[in-house]
Amino acid sequence: MMENSIVLHAQDLVAGYIPEVNILNGCDLEVRAGEFVGIIGPNGAGKSTLLKAILGLCKVRSGSISLNGVDITGRKAHELVPLGVGYVPQTKNVFPSLTVKENLEMGCFLKPSVFKERFAYVAAMFPKLADRAAQRAGALSGGERQMVAMGRALMLEPKVLLLDEPSAGLSPALQDEVFVQCRTINASGVAILMVEQNARRCLQVVNRGYVLDQGRNAYTGTGRELLGDPNVIELYLGTLAKATGG
Amino acid sequence: MDWNLIFENTLKGFIGINAVYFAIAALGLNVQFGYTGLLNFGQAGFMACGAYGLGMTAHYFDISFWWGIPIGIVFSVLLGLLMGIPTLRLRADYLAIVTIASAEIIRLVVRSVKFKTYFGGSDGINGFSDSFRSLGNDFGIEEADEYGFWPFKFTGRELWTLIIGWLLVALFGFVVYKLMKSPWGRVLKAIREDEDAVKSLGKNVYSYKMQSLILGGVIGTVSGMIFALDRGSVQPDNYSRDLTFYILTALVLGGVAKVSGSIVGSMMFWGLFTFMDNFLRQVAKDPVSIGNFTIMKSTQVGQLNFILIGITLILLMVFRPQGVFGNRKEMAFDGH
Amino acid sequence: MDTERTYGEVATRARDSFQGVERLPGARKHDPILTADNIRREFGGIVAVNVDHFEVQKGSITALIGPNGAGKTTFFNLLTGFDQPNSGDWNFNGKAMNGVASHRTAALGMVRTFQLTKSLTKLSVIENMRLGATDQKGEKWWNGLFAAVWKGQEAEITERADELLARFKMDHMRDEYAGSLSGGQRKLLEMARALMTNPTLVMLDEPMAGVNPALKQSLNQHIRGLRDDGMTVLFVEHDMDMVHDVSDWVIVMAEGRIIAEGTPDDISSNPAVIDAYLGTRQGQSLLEGE
Repeated sequence: MMENSIVLHAQDLVAGYIPEVNILNGCDLEVRAGEFVGIIGPNGAGKSTLLKAILGLCKVRSGSISLNGVDITGRKAHELVPLGVGYVPQTKNVFPSLTVKENLEMGCFLKPSVFKERFAYVAAMFPKLADRAAQRAGALSGGERQMVAMGRALMLEPKVLLLDEPSAGLSPALQDEVFVQCRTINASGVAILMVEQNARRCLQVVNRGYVLDQGRNAYTGTGRELLGDPNVIELYLGTLAKATGG
Repeated sequence: MDWNLIFENTLKGFIGINAVYFAIAALGLNVQFGYTGLLNFGQAGFMACGAYGLGMTAHYFDISFWWGIPIGIVFSVLLGLLMGIPTLRLRADYLAIVTIASAEIIRLVVRSVKFKTYFGGSDGINGFSDSFRSLGNDFGIEEADEYGFWPFKFTGRELWTLIIGWLLVALFGFVVYKLMKSPWGRVLKAIREDEDAVKSLGKNVYSYKMQSLILGGVIGTVSGMIFALDRGSVQPDNYSRDLTFYILTALVLGGVAKVSGSIVGSMMFWGLFTFMDNFLRQVAKDPVSIGNFTIMKSTQVGQLNFILIGITLILLMVFRPQGVFGNRKEMAFDGH
Repeated sequence: MDTERTYGEVATRARDSFQGVERLPGARKHDPILTADNIRREFGGIVAVNVDHFEVQKGSITALIGPNGAGKTTFFNLLTGFDQPNSGDWNFNGKAMNGVASHRTAALGMVRTFQLTKSLTKLSVIENMRLGATDQKGEKWWNGLFAAVWKGQEAEITERADELLARFKMDHMRDEYAGSLSGGQRKLLEMARALMTNPTLVMLDEPMAGVNPALKQSLNQHIRGLRDDGMTVLFVEHDMDMVHDVSDWVIVMAEGRIIAEGTPDDISSNPAVIDAYLGTRQGQSLLEGE
């Protein structure tokens, strides 16, 4: 891995939703340009909270976050989009009453002129979306909606893409497709930070991974290293690996 | 500016009979709305059941006054069943509409000329509270005498009603508190949040909602009885939509789903109201004007009072939506 | 990576009960606890469920898998009275269930959980659990005021609840509001709460979505324990590792119909299932260079 510049850097984050209750208890993270980073960990570890804290959707009580060297701690989500951050939330990630095309138009709302070019790019990546361009997003299946959500986040050519459990609720075939698709997106130069519950598949496709536990960093390493670490296997991955190839 | 008078009246407002019957009605409404999530916008209708139960016993049935109590409760249960049977299986909004309509229907019926023989029409019913008064006399409280010390000076008549009233507040406060701490109360709280979850655990949600509606209604009925006994009369126009919403306001002010909230909210509502009323009256003794422009005359005090109360409540909802005793943490879960 | 496991008596019986059962959709079982015929549910022209025949073997752990929109949740809703089919009949333990209200199906021992978790956020975890217990004297309004009547039962219920919470590794959260739990923790709570009802047939709709793999593995043991206690388990799941590990039998739904039935191994190699649901990468690692 080349020594690339750091795109996203979070330091000692403490954050939570309810007064007096912290979910993140001092958490560090960095994503370099073009890197594919995964975050796994048990329930309540703070994985989704970490993403939301970065995006300003959750109150950061202490610590700092910077994007390309610029401090963005506490900045609201809509201020980060023009700075090159794309986000695909876990739920409610498409506008069901709008068509696929309209959803994608919303994605480049800040720069409508790029629509044609970016739509071609997204359609090449997800041919099914081109076929269904005029359909209401709410009528699509779960997997297709996931594609719309990702396509929408890619419309403004983000430098870093934040994904919150992209495989959630999808059939095994679609999950595998999503992970492969993420790898392709990453190959085109977009850095990706992905929170996942399907830990094994996640570690198989990322460059580096963080294991979060109780709001703190527990383990860090390359995907391969973590997959082979007996502690990580015992505590987080489990030994049932028939379907995910061990 | 007679501050003594303002102070005295305000204190009396805090603990007076208005606060009492509001507190009891709010307790009933709290069971239905605060704990179970039932949108009952017709609490005034239940109160009318109680008041007219007493009134009709004297005016129409011509039997001993004390029968009025169970009669009023029977009316209340019937009303609850009438409201609940068609609506409790449906969405919450349907109950809201039906309760508003029911309360208004009751008011219009008891007010009507056609049923004047039963309900006394728009004049209402008077003179049924003698038995109640004489009971007070039996306990040694003479009607005309003055009791207490400044600022708590009451006539015997007032004092007796207050004593009974506050005893009832304590009784129902205790009953509601105990019930809500029991497994029965737990089911209601769960229903408020998610009926399907409760059904999936084998519990008959419809039945529980009906029980809550009726219990809250019966408590509201007792409130109506105290109200009527204090005035010594039953007047149809007292049981209007406004009454229901003022009680709801007092409830939210004190904090929903907390027994102390119903009681303290009512006291605060009346304390504040009485204070503003007295204060403004003093201020407007002579018309208030700036230059040639008259801002406020003494006749407008009542309206201005309501406006100011309304503004205060808006501010309250903005800065402290959980009310005085409500739980901030619990409110944070709305929508999660 | 095949875990060498010895099967207890109950488990062996469950697995053996599938000897000789046809590997076909709608296959008849030796001793079904739940059977359904011609269940059909339409939503304005779209057929969500169209099941000719369906049987769940008593005492087994059966997985119901299939792509999103296959109708699995709708099917659950129909069987448990949360929705009414356009046509069809079904029996639970020999009792006809058509028209039985949802709370009654649960009271009869057929308990389900929900895909979109319904944890009661304003109640604490332990209160959620206590709510699950059935036949509570304290839930009758005439007993509510008299704590003496229900205090003893409440203590028993609490003890059982604490045990279950410990098994799900949630005992340290017992007094927290359910609303402050993460998504995966709420799923666990809903499952534990459903078990408080002592069901005969427990129907879990994606019980472990969002639960991390290591915990899933330990919970599978608990699900096996349910079978050992005599319960029948029917669950919807997308995690094939888990399905392989714990199910005796797998039923596959797609587009409202049952398209395949068999053991987990049968299903993984069934071309129709691979096509509709599993994909061709199952069983392989996605690591580059493998």
